[in-house]
Amino acid sequence: MNQLGMFAALCDIIRRDLLLALRRRSDVLTTVLFFILVGSLFPLGVGPEPAVLRTIAPGVLWVAALLSCLLSLGRLFTADYADGVLEQMLLIPQPLSLLVIGKVTAHWLISGLPVVLLSPLLGLQFGLTGEALGVLTLSLLLGTPTLSFIGAIGAALTLGVRGSSVLIALLVLPLFIPVLIFGAGAVSSSASGIGAGAHLSLLGAGLLLALALAPWATATSLRIALE
Amino acid sequence: MMGFARINWFKYSSPQAFYPLAGRLIPWCAAAAMLLIGAGLYLGFFVAPTDFQQGQSYRIIFVHVPAAWMSMFLYVVMAIWAGLGLGLNARPSFMMAQAIAPTGALFTFLALVTGAMWGKPTWGAWWVWDARLTSELILLFLYGGVMLLRTSIDDSRRADRASAVFALVGVVNVPIIYFSVRWWNTLHQGASVSMTAAPKMAATMLMAMLVMTLGFWMYSLAVTLARMRCVILERERQASWDTPPSQQDALEVS
Repeated sequence: MNQLGMFAALCDIIRRDLLLALRRRSDVLTTVLFFILVGSLFPLGVGPEPAVLRTIAPGVLWVAALLSCLLSLGRLFTADYADGVLEQMLLIPQPLSLLVIGKVTAHWLISGLPVVLLSPLLGLQFGLTGEALGVLTLSLLLGTPTLSFIGAIGAALTLGVRGSSVLIALLVLPLFIPVLIFGAGAVSSSASGIGAGAHLSLLGAGLLLALALAPWATATSLRIALE
Repeated sequence: MMGFARINWFKYSSPQAFYPLAGRLIPWCAAAAMLLIGAGLYLGFFVAPTDFQQGQSYRIIFVHVPAAWMSMFLYVVMAIWAGLGLGLNARPSFMMAQAIAPTGALFTFLALVTGAMWGKPTWGAWWVWDARLTSELILLFLYGGVMLLRTSIDDSRRADRASAVFALVGVVNVPIIYFSVRWWNTLHQGASVSMTAAPKMAATMLMAMLVMTLGFWMYSLAVTLARMRCVILERERQASWDTPPSQQDALEVS
């Protein structure tokens, strides 16, 4: 198997998933709307005090991003599992972890990237300014792919299981916590003048670790689910 | 020593041979656990000197620290059994992982509760969002996830393997808990006992803590083996080795 063949397979899978998402645009829109709605519930619940909102903004926006990622995780493999495509995909000559990387990348492009792009707008509504806004976007850009990679493990483990939508939350949310801590920490520390470098580096390290290990764990879980 | 070496240890990897062995070991482990925990509590509550800063309230650490150690240790042991099960495709390894999980969750819960009891008089709060407390709480969720995933999958082979993968993924959290006090330097104090530095506490305190840890260890062994026997009986109910022939007839009739 030459490298070009692997790369072509990866691109094909990403293109296929993006095309499927384009045909069903409402799925993409729900995730984005959910993110905006959860984000705007907090000012209504906590009250419109600008100083308070500015303090809670990093945590609130990160939790909203995390929940909207969780919301779309259920769709990662279920449709392919239901119509039998996933079983056929196990038979392709390229390694299964490559397929997982492709599907996770597509999932991030559909549900993670819109959230990243919208986050400065919500950050503005919470009264974040200048550097903090940039750090928020950057931290989400580094953190949301990690969430998709970790979430893929949970999605593969709970494939076709009773009550999988609740179970996936219980499995995946504890694993999301480190990403949440460093992501929200980056924004808070840049707002308080310490600088976000350390947190952003750790987020990047987390992404690399997830990229190296999660596809393998997801592929193993998919094989277990389909055997 | 030759006789010892000649025992075929792999014999006990079959549930049929392990079941009576576990039955013979349980009373010994249970007795040792009671003795050691009793001695440890006596040493900790009556012999160890009072702390000059914290007064009597510090004595909860004789339960707290061993419980926290066991919670992490048992998770690693569970993950090793799960990994062995995946690698060697061995059912008894999965059974062992299944038997360890509830005890590990219990110790995690115990560490959190005793920590709260200690935190109220010392820090003035039941709960602080400190790195070590939070990561220990995640450990409790991970134990919960492993057990929940197993119970929600009906096919036992898939349940074994899926929860094993999840247990292995969760291992990432254990070094985070262990090093959290050094990495984040938050409210929770540093390691109580260190192999490299000179002991910071009185010898009797250290002694009590180590005796308690050994006692918890024996307790875990006894309870895990007992649970293992239940798991074996539950899963091997179609096999004929565990029921006497007279009862087998009765089972077939019913």
